[in-house]
Amino acid sequence: MPSPENETSAVVTFANVRIGFDEGEILRGVSFQVMPRETLVLLGETGTGKTLTLKMAAGLLRPTQGSIAVLGQEVSSMDERELLTYRRQVGFVFQEGALFDSLTVWENVAYRLREDGLEDEEIEPRVAEALQFVELEHTGEMLPSELSGGMRRRVSIARALASRPPIVLYDSPTAGLDPVTAQTIITLILRLRDVFGVTAMLATHRLQDGFALAKFRFDPDAKRVVRIPENGNNGIAPGEPTTRFLVYRDGRVYFEGQPEEIRESKDAYLQRFLV
Amino acid sequence: MGAVLADAFKQLLANIQAYSEMAGRSLANLATGPRYFQDMLDQMDDIGVGSLPIVLMSGFFIGAVMVLQTGSQFTRFGQTALTGDIVALALVRELGPTLTGILVAGRCSSGIASELGSMVVTEQVDAMRAMGTDPSRKLITPRVLAGILMLPLLTALNDFMGLLGGCVASVFSLRLNAVQFWTRAINALDFADVMQGMMKPLVYGFILATVGCYRGLTVRGGTQGVGRATTQAVVVASVMIIAADVFLTKLALYLGDKLF
Repeated sequence: MPSPENETSAVVTFANVRIGFDEGEILRGVSFQVMPRETLVLLGETGTGKTLTLKMAAGLLRPTQGSIAVLGQEVSSMDERELLTYRRQVGFVFQEGALFDSLTVWENVAYRLREDGLEDEEIEPRVAEALQFVELEHTGEMLPSELSGGMRRRVSIARALASRPPIVLYDSPTAGLDPVTAQTIITLILRLRDVFGVTAMLATHRLQDGFALAKFRFDPDAKRVVRIPENGNNGIAPGEPTTRFLVYRDGRVYFEGQPEEIRESKDAYLQRFLV
Repeated sequence: MGAVLADAFKQLLANIQAYSEMAGRSLANLATGPRYFQDMLDQMDDIGVGSLPIVLMSGFFIGAVMVLQTGSQFTRFGQTALTGDIVALALVRELGPTLTGILVAGRCSSGIASELGSMVVTEQVDAMRAMGTDPSRKLITPRVLAGILMLPLLTALNDFMGLLGGCVASVFSLRLNAVQFWTRAINALDFADVMQGMMKPLVYGFILATVGCYRGLTVRGGTQGVGRATTQAVVVASVMIIAADVFLTKLALYLGDKLF
């Protein structure tokens, strides 16, 4: 169980969360925490509840039992109106991008800023910055259907970061992409973490995504991705971004720990992800 | 067998409850912000202006065919002059609103259901919620309002085109005088008839928009589900419009008696 002093500083806290539908219970009592600037990688096979976890953290679904606290607010007990306000502090990158297909790329990225009632003069530089961040500044006038799968995900990341949320949730951001494009997306996630200092939760079934996040960081001065220096004993040097893994199995947390532990593990279930 | 029926009945009740809740909220949303005025204008353009061709053309031909049918009966008694009265009354009270309702339901309930259904399956509705927008305010209320505001206008145009079609048919087929037809048609109508004819489309607009939204937002099962929702939306909206017509007619006749 998490200790009380941790609970105050944690950005996300799940305590004994359960959720189920007509087909049965999917999560049967899940507890974990995400610390500031930490990236929690949710690993698991399809249907183990990774997406559900993210949707519950974003307040899109309610747990049937247990409590979820994000940024010091009790999300699981909010009513719909409070949730709408709460969700503005969380960026969500959907699996297929979920871009509004009748709006242009620019309008998609500007969506939340417009909803917040910002003036056009204020919106313009922020959208331009977000699109520049994902290196898609030339696509502003295009419709999502004119973009490739990887580009759509990048726009989706731009849309999530336009309002500068302190937390970003990624639902399988590399699923169905070729290795090169997947690498581009992971680099973007690295940059987002290291430039803006966001706390993140990332659902994936690709262990290499998690390893890349754990081993590398983006150096804003050199403007490139560099390997995180190791301090010899325990992997990551102090002050560096940390990455932790959470593996689900049968509705419970099966494993929680550092990437090395999975790599060195003799456990048959964990080794399946290494292939 | 009993259990299956009980389940189906429970499902039906749950659907009615969820639909009523959604429909009620679509109007209650108006009391508080945010309101999406631009979205409403877009929907008014789509439902109103977009439905003009189908409504105008159908109206013209319905009026014409009514004259042909009634005229052939009236000729037997040498009373063809009454054609204008009959066409005006039937069109303004009943055929105009109900046909417009069904035509627009066929065009717009399906359109709304497939648009919102596609948004649901591609997670766009979830994305909207994730960005702090209430889909009920952004997607449902503008469509419902547009439906309520546009249907009476479409009905009025449909009535006019029906009379025009009737006029043309009576001139060419029954050899009636156009002025005579119009004068009789206009004189046959009193305020209660017009009130009845304009009250019904308000309800029809509400029905066709809410049913389309409900079917669209409750889509299950991918693109196949969207197809199913689209068909169901038209069927349910059309049946509800005709069923509502019975009660609205009864109410309008009662009110007409009491008030005028």
